[in-house]
This record gives sequence, structure tokens and C-alpha cells, in this order.
Amino acid sequence: MSTQPAAVAPGADSGNTGPALLRIENVSKSFGANKVLESISLDIERGEFLTLLGESGSGKTTLLRLIAGFEEATEGRILLEGERIDNQPAYRRPVHTVFQSYALFPHMSVFDNAAYGLSVRGHGRDEIKTKVEMALGKVRMETFASRYPREISGGQKQRVALARALVNSPKVLLLDEPLSALDANLRVEMQHELKQLQRELGIAFIFVTHDQSEALAISDRIVLLHRGRIEQSGAPREIYARPRTVYAANFLGKSNLIRGFVTDGVANCSIFSFPLPVEDGPIALSLRPEVMMSGVIPSEPGVVRFEAEVVDEQFHGAASLLRLRCSPDCELMARVDGEAPRERVRTFAFRIADCVLLEQDEPRPQRTERP
Amino acid sequence: MRASTFRARLMTMLPVAPPFLWIALFLFAPYCLLFCYSFWSVNEFQIIQRHITLANYLHLLTTPLYLTVILRSLRIAFSVVVLSLLLGYPLAYFLAFHAGRHRHLLYQAVIVPLWVSYLVRAYAWKVIFGNEGVLNTLLLWLHATQHPLGFLLYSPFAVIVTLTHIYVPFVVLPVVASLEKIPRELLESSSDLGARPWQTFLRVVLPLSLPGVISGATFAFLLSFGDFLAPLLLGGPSSVMIANVVANLFGADYNWPLGAAVAVVILLIVVAILSVTQRLERRWRTA
Repeated sequence: MSTQPAAVAPGADSGNTGPALLRIENVSKSFGANKVLESISLDIERGEFLTLLGESGSGKTTLLRLIAGFEEATEGRILLEGERIDNQPAYRRPVHTVFQSYALFPHMSVFDNAAYGLSVRGHGRDEIKTKVEMALGKVRMETFASRYPREISGGQKQRVALARALVNSPKVLLLDEPLSALDANLRVEMQHELKQLQRELGIAFIFVTHDQSEALAISDRIVLLHRGRIEQSGAPREIYARPRTVYAANFLGKSNLIRGFVTDGVANCSIFSFPLPVEDGPIALSLRPEVMMSGVIPSEPGVVRFEAEVVDEQFHGAASLLRLRCSPDCELMARVDGEAPRERVRTFAFRIADCVLLEQDEPRPQRTERP
Repeated sequence: MRASTFRARLMTMLPVAPPFLWIALFLFAPYCLLFCYSFWSVNEFQIIQRHITLANYLHLLTTPLYLTVILRSLRIAFSVVVLSLLLGYPLAYFLAFHAGRHRHLLYQAVIVPLWVSYLVRAYAWKVIFGNEGVLNTLLLWLHATQHPLGFLLYSPFAVIVTLTHIYVPFVVLPVVASLEKIPRELLESSSDLGARPWQTFLRVVLPLSLPGVISGATFAFLLSFGDFLAPLLLGGPSSVMIANVVANLFGADYNWPLGAAVAVVILLIVVAILSVTQRLERRWRTA
């Protein structure tokens, strides 16, 4: 059992010597009386794929826009390679953005779109041609160079937007929900491509999404934002296995939330009662559906058995998700690989070690009644 | 069965019949009449002769005066367009991007002059530009000049200024509409890719607002080209425009056939300009 959030994961390949690539220091942002971000501090390392995850209104896009230079921070500083960039206009910052709507210039061909950044900075024609062709090649759009944005599909626009940003070799690439407009299959495909591209180029990506499964799939590190604050940050596996708060446990993956009370080292939660070596007081535990055991249950200490009725079953191919009713006011979810149990009432179990003790985000004075 | 389909067709045709009738009666028929007149002639007693002849068109082509007046009208119209764009585009830009909460007020301020009678506004310029007008009095009082400036009134200058004043809203409104249609992400994206504000303007904003510029410029050009009152009230002999010639031919000269021929030539010029600008606009819209 662990209660502490994991330490910040280091960048993919480069060591942690010297200052962080991008440092966000105590950044706050208010729109009028509305505080959107509250003293955010964050370091992004070279070559890192960092995801800002959160529901709408969590401030993730605002943070991205602050880094890009489209908004001004109310407080705090943003440093790139040790130098302040928050006081510079967007066009001077060596960070580039891939917009949710792609924001391709409709009056320019794919080639001219991709060439835009180099062209406004006055690079030579030959250099532009070589670089643009290379960038379009990287996203497999070289044969579409003379097309206009209205003549290509959403996925292709996405690739052009990516090439248009990458051609300028940004220090950091910002991606604002770039895949949300694509359909499910294409989305998964683009996730792979993005990840591969990022590894190949070694450029730090800051990726904004509200989709937790997308975040888990492609990130080196996830920063979970909630109401303008960092709820938790860490590698996908850590943040999934060890959610720090109730919010984090519920937002990332499916989770059973069990509330209860500890007295004299014994936790009483709904129908369960088991030893738990923590201080007395109210507790909240997270139990992932996949740690639930059924069928052959080892009889060893630290395993809590219980009887439950299978109320509902969702078949997901490789596994099934069961809804269990343990008592009239206690329902849990369990993931079962292979064939689901046939009996309606049967025995399930979990290891105490698989429970994750969550921080109490909202105080809950009332006790759960004891079994 | 047949009767019912006929009835159904009749029912769908009925509501559009009045406008069709209107157009046929008051647009199509007069144009046909105009076209016919242009091939007729008048004899020395000013009686219209209904034999088909090309004499009117030959007269137009061989008399340099008509060409001069047409060219002058085109030149004045072109000047009005340039001036209106120079004044209207920045105003439209400000309205679309920076006016903030004053947007509505400013928008109204652009439109309100359209409610004021053309005549009133034309006379206002007369008051301003006259020998004892507002401007000359001011200049004399400031000792900027010894004698009232005569070129202000009864000159192409006065006509151009007045027409610009009248047609600026026709330029501003379509330009504002096209500027407002530009997604704001495109501007952010341009800046994000390293473009300075003026580069963003030249490479993104201006090209994307061209459809509005073209339609506004077309309005101002055609309306100025066919204008009759401004040259009449504020122009001297040096700024007679083609519409004045037509008016004279139909009025004092009582040569309807020749007037009709001039009108047909104007119509052809207008159609030619419209087809060019429409093609331009369509190209920009699809691009």
C-alpha cells in the first residue's frame, strides 16, 4: 500500500543535468474574477511527451495558450532553456502549436501552408523547398503538396498542421486536442504516429486532451489538471496504479471508490472489514476493477473475500466488466478475463495490498455504517 | 392525375409570380425598349424614326467627346474606389478586430449616413467647398491663403470627395463582413509560426478579406460610374459624367435614340466589370 504520489518522471532520453527545457513557475491566470489557473509550477524536460489532462474548464488549454503566447499570465514566469519567454510576443517564441481546428490557411496550398513559418522568417527558396518536402514526407503528405486544405480529409489536414509546425524545428511542440476531431480508428492510428514521430524527432511535446485513455496511451508523463490546479502528475502507469486523490482515481480509468472509517487499525468500509495500518479516521480507497478476483481464490492472509450478486455484465471482447451488488447500498465493478461466471451469486475477493488509499479531497464527516 | 400535377405546379408558382411579373414589367421590358430605341433615330423635327440603323453607335464611336466623358467617368469612379478603400478598409479592420464594446456604436455610425438624403449630403459639401464656404473661410481666417480656393467646388475633386463620402459605407460593410468571417485561430496560427503583425495582415488577413474588398469596390465603382447628382450639383463643365450626358440626351436634346445608345454602352461596361469582379470574387472564395 502506498499513499504518496510518484516523483516526477524524467524526460525520455536526455539526463536531468542543467535547467529544465521549459519551466513554468507559479503561473496563475484570471479572466476577470474567474481564476482559471492557480499557481501552476511544472518542468518539462527535453524529448518528453507530456500530456495535460483534464475535463473542460480545468485550465489545460489556457496553460497551453500561455506557453504559446496567446494569453498573458496574471502571475508567474515561463522560462525556456532558462530564459523568460512569457514577456515575449507569440511570434518570437520558439514553440509552435497544432490547433484543434488545424487552422490551416484556406487560401494557401499544402506546400505554402507548411512553408509559412520559414517564409515569414525570410529563409531562402531552396532551403524552404528542401525542408518543407522533408517535413511533408515525414507525415506522408508529400504527394498532396499542391492541394488546398478544402481538398484533403481531416486526418490529412491534421498531418499538414503537424508538418507546418515541425518544419520550424520548435523547441517545444504544443498540441491542443489535435485528435479530437478524428473518428475513433483514425484517432488510434494517429496516436501511434504522433508517438513515433515524437521519438524520432526528440522534440518535447505538450499534448492537451480530455481523453484519459489517450493520455495513458501516448504520454511519458501525465499532468492531471483539476479546477486550475495540478491534481497529480506522473508516468501513466504510476498515476494509474497510484492515484493520489478521489478525483484522480475516478478520472483515470475505472475505479471502485470505497469510503469508510478506521478504528484501532481496522478499516470498516461498507460490508468490508479488514486490518489497515493507518491512523484512525475516515478513509477513501480506490480499487481497480481488474484487481478483483473470482474463480479460484488463493487462501492467504491479506485477501478479503466477499459474496456478491452479478447485476449486469458488459462484454468487451478480451474481458467482461461485471457490476456486483454486495449489499443494497454497495455496488462494485469487477473486470473478469475470459468467461464470465454463470452463477448470479458467487464469491469475489481482492488483496488489501491492491487498495490505494486516497487523500480526502472533500471532508466527509459522516461515518459509513458498520456491517 | 395530370390536372393535380398542374395544380401543384400552379400552387408553387403562384407566390413567385408577382416578383417575376415585377421584374418583367419594370426591368426586362424597359431594357428591351431601350435596346430598340438605340437602333432608331430622330429626324430634324425631333420625330423618332423607327428604321433600324447603326448611326447612333457610329456617332458615339466617331465623336471623341463621348469617349472623353466615358473615360472621365471611369477615372472618377476609380478614384472614388481607391479613396473609399483607403478610408474604409482601416475603419472596417478596426471595427472587426479592435472596436470591442464600442463595436455596435461605430457600426451604427457607419450606417447612419445612409439614412440621410443624398441631396442633403451633396449640398453639405457645397456649403463646405464654396467660395464663401466653411473650408475657404477657415483657410482665409488662418491666413493659409490670400484668396478663396476656386478648385474646391465645381471640379472633379468635389465630385470625387462627395461620392467617396456617400459610398464609403458600401465598402466598409462587405469588408467588415469578410473580416469577421476569418477564424481567429488563423491569426493566432500565423503569429505562432513566427509572423509579425504586419506579415499576418499581408499574408492572411488581406487575402482572406479580398472577397469583401472586391464586392465593396464593385459597389462603389458602379454606383459612382453611373452617378448623376454629384457632377450636376458640385461638378463644373470639367467634371460632366456619362449619366449627365444621358440625362441631357433624353431631356434638353430630345434625342432618345442616341441617349438609349449611350445607355446601352454604359450597360455593357457595367456588365463587363461585373462579370470580371464576380469571377475574381468566386476565385478567391474557393481558393
